[in-house]
Amino acid sequence: MTDETAGRVPRSDNAMAMDARVRRRRAAESRFRAYGLIACLIGVAALVTLLATVLTNGIGAYRQAFVTLEVALPADRLDPDGTGTRESMQKVSTFGYGPLIAEAVERTLADRGVVIEGATPEDAAGLISREAPAQLRNYVLNNPEVLDQTVEFNFLAGGRIDGYLKGRVTMESAQRDSNVTPEQLQIADVLQEEGILSLRFNPGFITQPDASDQRPEAAGLGVAILGSLYMMLIVLVLALPIGVAASIYLEEFAPRSRWTDIIEVNISNLAAVPSIVFGILGLAIFINFAGLPQSAPIVGGLVLTLMTLPTIIIATRASLRAVPPSIRDAALGVGASRMQAVFHHVLPLAAPGILTGTIIGIAQALGETAPLLLIGMVAFVRGYPSAPPGGLFDPASALPVQVYNWTQRSDPAFVERASGAIIALLVVLITLNALAVILRRRFERRW
Amino acid sequence: MPVLWIVLIILLLALVGFFVGRSSAIRSSNGDVRALHSLPSYHGFNVLIFTAVPALLVLMVWLLVQPIVIQQSVSGTIPDSAIPANSSRGLVMSDVRRLAGAINTAVDQGQLNPTIIDRRDIPAEDLRTALTDAGVAAGGTASPEVLATAQQYRAIAATGNMMMAAVTLGLAALGFGWSLRRTTVNFRARNVVERAVMAILILASTIAILTTAGIVMSLLFETMRFFGQYTWHDFLFGVTWSPAFRGNSQLGMLPLLWGTLYVSFIALLVAVPIGLFAAIYMAEYAGRRFRAVAKPLIEILAGIPTIVYGLFALITVGPLLRDVFARPLGLGESSSSVMTAGIVMGIMLIPFVSSLSDDIINAVPQSLRDGSLGLGATKSETIRQVIIPAALPGIAGAVLLAASRAIGETMIVVLGAGAAAKLDLNPFEAMTTITVKIVGQLTGDTDFASPETRVAFALGLTLFVITLVLNILALYIVRKYREQYE
Repeated sequence: MTDETAGRVPRSDNAMAMDARVRRRRAAESRFRAYGLIACLIGVAALVTLLATVLTNGIGAYRQAFVTLEVALPADRLDPDGTGTRESMQKVSTFGYGPLIAEAVERTLADRGVVIEGATPEDAAGLISREAPAQLRNYVLNNPEVLDQTVEFNFLAGGRIDGYLKGRVTMESAQRDSNVTPEQLQIADVLQEEGILSLRFNPGFITQPDASDQRPEAAGLGVAILGSLYMMLIVLVLALPIGVAASIYLEEFAPRSRWTDIIEVNISNLAAVPSIVFGILGLAIFINFAGLPQSAPIVGGLVLTLMTLPTIIIATRASLRAVPPSIRDAALGVGASRMQAVFHHVLPLAAPGILTGTIIGIAQALGETAPLLLIGMVAFVRGYPSAPPGGLFDPASALPVQVYNWTQRSDPAFVERASGAIIALLVVLITLNALAVILRRRFERRW
Repeated sequence: MPVLWIVLIILLLALVGFFVGRSSAIRSSNGDVRALHSLPSYHGFNVLIFTAVPALLVLMVWLLVQPIVIQQSVSGTIPDSAIPANSSRGLVMSDVRRLAGAINTAVDQGQLNPTIIDRRDIPAEDLRTALTDAGVAAGGTASPEVLATAQQYRAIAATGNMMMAAVTLGLAALGFGWSLRRTTVNFRARNVVERAVMAILILASTIAILTTAGIVMSLLFETMRFFGQYTWHDFLFGVTWSPAFRGNSQLGMLPLLWGTLYVSFIALLVAVPIGLFAAIYMAEYAGRRFRAVAKPLIEILAGIPTIVYGLFALITVGPLLRDVFARPLGLGESSSSVMTAGIVMGIMLIPFVSSLSDDIINAVPQSLRDGSLGLGATKSETIRQVIIPAALPGIAGAVLLAASRAIGETMIVVLGAGAAAKLDLNPFEAMTTITVKIVGQLTGDTDFASPETRVAFALGLTLFVITLVLNILALYIVRKYREQYE
């Protein structure tokens, strides 16, 4: 700038008055400043938009349309042997329960004198989710004393009816839709006025397993949450000790040699390897070579452990480095061995930092999707995995994979569920990160 | 005996060993602990380590090797006549393994009587009926040879498991006894324990090397096989990507590479200016309070899982771009497009660029700023003509790191970019990337011997090499720059 300003532009006589050049430079200054501010605001706005869309799209998944019906449970149809035992009642499949629900719907409509022109009894029964017979069957099997009684039961309404209550389905769209008729929506209107059909909090979204393409209303996150939990346990149990051990060696004991250099370069490179490559590694080594089962949390856990290790090692080394050498010198001075100095003095002082790094690593691993797709966690899994350690080898899903899975389904109701699953995922992540921040604030020590 | 029990017994023995070793050390000192060379607990740990570590190591190796050995010895006994024409020895072996597993489960659950089923000379027909009765569905349809092999498989596996239990438990007991015998007043238990701990630490630090080796090996191995089936020239320079599962696929990588680079380019176009200006503002203009709020908020973007961005692209950004730009301009009808994926990925990368650049700008010595301001430059002139040039290598490193992220990113492109492989310039067109195709070729039911599946490993290797080069380049530039001021 100096060579440009020298001499060419005449100076103004009055030092207080701004000449054109100064005005231009000031304007450039404030423009530049505004660009910076705008960039910051774009970043923040992107975050807000992202969270807002997920929240508005997904919050509906936690409320579901339920139909409250009085349903008769005649013993002669549900207990063919008349013994009242579980074996006898198990012989009646869900097909035996379907008609009971249809009758209950019909009776309820008849009792209230609801007549919708053009609506068939099938239309009315179709309001209820196809998952409802299985729900009712489980309930009866677990409570055999309700046989021959009439009980009030909350049935899930079908996905389209749920969508109608939430504004996703309209009369116009119903005319083009083969899964729902306008008549059914009229019945739904009446039932809603009567207070029989309503949106309620749906705990099943958290606890129930995934459901098939036809039954978005019944799909839940139960198996995915368990699977993610198992994998995080594996990551914690493996990555934390291995990561801490590796960092202690590299930071405290390793001689500066070519070998340690190679290890260090390796770790920083591993931290930047695309996650999908770890998935390929898991597929080739753990599944094809070692013969571990597909879709199992053990494989996912191992892959995520390898991915999390660099994060934990980097954080641990930083916090070991932050412990001043005087601590080590003092320990050595009173006769501790190097190993004792590290394990008795340095490691406890570095623990909060290690813990924070571990939590952040786990949070990262929890949201990781791509490697899990490759090791078969996309499979449709209905059964809960059993308790660990055996359950680690059972097929399971994972939270982020469940989101992906639901985005691949055709029914738009699954979009809501995918967003709802993301809310669950984000809540866990925010909790973990908040924990890390609190730990850091509480225990961080400046030397 | 299940593996879990073996592990538990070994661990229990080791725990007992700790207490026995400790008290034995105290006893050997006649109650005067000061006479011991090492603290009593080191004697305890000595016994613990020698009980548990060798036994567990052998157990681990055994578990890895046994299936391979059994596989080798059993698969040779399947007669060629038992292998159907459209199948292979490997597939029959997996049937055998599945059947053996099913029989074992049925025995464990008490549906099959082990005394009957384990008789060597049981006729195939009896075995089959027993299996069908017990609800082992695979048993009813399996050929007699497969049934016989499955039985043989079970027999060898059972013997192997017995031997494994005997060897590992014996080793644990041996270690226990030996280390306990060494526990005397003058035994240097601490040195022994510390050396063992050191070995464990070194072992842990080599995991990183093993991981890299595993990645490189698994990628290289399958890629070599792929190039045995498909010429490398056609893969690297082919311009058509059309895998067909009946064979005769065209597996040219260029359309995928183009899609990857195009999406990454748009992402950087979004992320670099925004991230850089945000970093400049944070470092040079913002007050403490603004910085304390805005910096963590922007960094949250880096902590959000990519699947969230993917969904954002799929349900919000994609349809928005299609309705606002693509349709009115007549550029396309697709909601998944290069633009969608690029913009969303750009948002994801903002914090990478901004926080790295922020650090680098802060590392520029204050004296440079003071000098420039003292000569009469405005703040923005100082930034543009002094600070940015000084920080340029570091910023370039940050951009390269962001680029490597963009190229390796998967979920955003899987959900946002589409699946059509083409060489096109229109950013509102759906295109696909290397990562999308890796996911596509490796998920679902795949036959691992076909070139259509193996190409995924070649793509993975390409991806690995590209990101590795970018990372090394970035680290090199950043390091070199740092040396200037420190």
